[in-house]
Amino acid sequence: MRAMLKGIAASDGVACGRVYRFVEPDLTVKKRTITNLDYELNRFHQALEAAVSEVETIETRATKSLGADGAQVFSAHRAMLQDPEVIAATETKIKVEHLNAEVAFATVMNDFAQSFLATDNTLIKERTSDVHDVVKRVTAHLLGVTLPNLALLKEPVVVVTHDLNPSDTVSAASKYILGFVTDLGGRTSHSSILARSLNIPAVVGTQTGTQTLMDGDSVIVNGSTGSVVSDPDQAELDTAKQAMLDRITNMKRLATLRNHTTTSRDGVGVTLAANMGTASDIPNVLQNGAEAVGLMRTEFLYMDSEQLPTEDEQFATYRQVLEKLAPRPVVIRTLDIGGDKPLPYLHQKQEANPFLGARAIRQSLAHQAIFRSQLRALLRASAYGNLRIMFPMIATLDEFRQAKAIYDDERSKLTTARVPLGKIKVGMMVEVPAAALLADRFAHEVDFMSIGTNDLIGYTMAADRTNQDVSYLYQPYHPAILRLVQRIITAGHTAGIPVAMCGEMAGDPIAVPLLLGMGLDEFSMGAGSILKTRQLISQLNAKDLQGLVESAVNSADTSQDVITMVQAAVPDLTQA
Amino acid sequence: MEKREFRVTAETGIHARPATLLVQAASKFNSEVSLQYQDKSVNLKSIMGVMSLGVGQNASITITTDGDDEADAMNAVAETLKKEGLSD
Repeated sequence: MRAMLKGIAASDGVACGRVYRFVEPDLTVKKRTITNLDYELNRFHQALEAAVSEVETIETRATKSLGADGAQVFSAHRAMLQDPEVIAATETKIKVEHLNAEVAFATVMNDFAQSFLATDNTLIKERTSDVHDVVKRVTAHLLGVTLPNLALLKEPVVVVTHDLNPSDTVSAASKYILGFVTDLGGRTSHSSILARSLNIPAVVGTQTGTQTLMDGDSVIVNGSTGSVVSDPDQAELDTAKQAMLDRITNMKRLATLRNHTTTSRDGVGVTLAANMGTASDIPNVLQNGAEAVGLMRTEFLYMDSEQLPTEDEQFATYRQVLEKLAPRPVVIRTLDIGGDKPLPYLHQKQEANPFLGARAIRQSLAHQAIFRSQLRALLRASAYGNLRIMFPMIATLDEFRQAKAIYDDERSKLTTARVPLGKIKVGMMVEVPAAALLADRFAHEVDFMSIGTNDLIGYTMAADRTNQDVSYLYQPYHPAILRLVQRIITAGHTAGIPVAMCGEMAGDPIAVPLLLGMGLDEFSMGAGSILKTRQLISQLNAKDLQGLVESAVNSADTSQDVITMVQAAVPDLTQA
Repeated sequence: MEKREFRVTAETGIHARPATLLVQAASKFNSEVSLQYQDKSVNLKSIMGVMSLGVGQNASITITTDGDDEADAMNAVAETLKKEGLSD
């Protein structure tokens, strides 16, 4: 049936294909009394076998894309499905209590999950989620319903889902995903960021996508306009297929730039870097030709867990990232967490204004044990690559000095203990307007500055961009923002330190000519934007752009004025 | 029957990954293999049993193997413990 859905354009491009609903089926089970015991035992064993073979498939796929470490969780699932004690206990429940297999297996597994929770080992407590996954898989087989799993995809599809979670391991399946349609989310939600970094067209926030679109429906997803059409006519399909082909041709052309450095037409070299959320982004960062990582967030280490990560766990992750990306410089940002992204195990206070509250470096300075353990893990990992440490949300020089003193203290302790350390640069994120205005004073004390535009714009315009009523104030090209950005870049260069930018703005085709004209040294963005930006910069004359910068900074009244000026200065290149 | 005591050195104890590997090692043999920690003993071929013990760092555990290939089973388990940095 023909249907039109309107959502948020989250990741550019057009995709057409068949719908794959990534929606969990109803797995409710009823307790029944069994009369035919052999039949029930047989049903149980068949479901287990089917579940094992499914997990083996997922494991093989995951090993290929994530390596043995990434697939490890699935070997644990397999071991759970083949656990002799679980099988014996379930059989007993069926034979003695005459319980149906669904309830018998779930009861046995849940009893074990309870005993996991009763241990003192937090890594084991967390694994109760795996127990639930395994129960779900077996239950689905017993009920004869399909549990969708992206790792089981065998042909290209358009994935329709409520929302994607970091745990959905989408990256591993990305070659079979033509496009995404989600019910929830906005341009900056996890689904959108992921789709952009993988260069997969996506429309998010359609509200009713999973209700309207059924498995196998023919669908066109336009990630540039935010529209989704199901059961399109031939003319629409032809147009969409042509757009897909053009996009593939364009991506292939861009791929030739993968191993190039980034230079403007008149020979000005800049660094194009990637932003990363987790270690699993590494292949995508490399594939898109990043010359550096300008922002690696560390929140995932703390948020995907029910307790603080140990120093060793952090060390292993940082080391892996630094090793795999060496010799590229990697900027790792210390914990950026607070009232808006609370960690249950930290028992943070409820705040009236979390965005103006005890977050990021403020939180780190107040809870030094957590901060020190992160710094030690980073210091120890520094021997394995090219590490830069960045402190987020610095508002005053005192804060930076305090954070740096703690860093120096941990550093000297490790040096005394003869732990091998690499060469490390320590810098700050400039995202608080106070720090932007005082950038010239900061520039004498930091090794580098990186402009965090998402928050800088939010704090300067006093608007939360996730609040739809005021999101119109999120204006990256606003002359007030440009004045701050230029001020920071000039301050850095006067003091002889490099200035980077690590917000969405760094990969924005309207902003790039302005930033290049201002002399920004490093542009860090979602990996999916790197090659496009490299191509754009190669066609720009940095010197010619200084006039544009001058007028945009000094004589524009509004954001629209700036857009008009940029489009007039570089007409063919900035049609986003 | 063979019996050997080990001290767990790994900071994170016997969590999912090492438990999986220990179970895989033990499951290759006919012998009964058990792990005893404090006053509880579990089948080392059962991942759920092993994990439910919540063995942490510095715990002292006893491995018992009993059957026609008990010596090989013990060596395989000891080898896994060592390779995974769980024990000296």
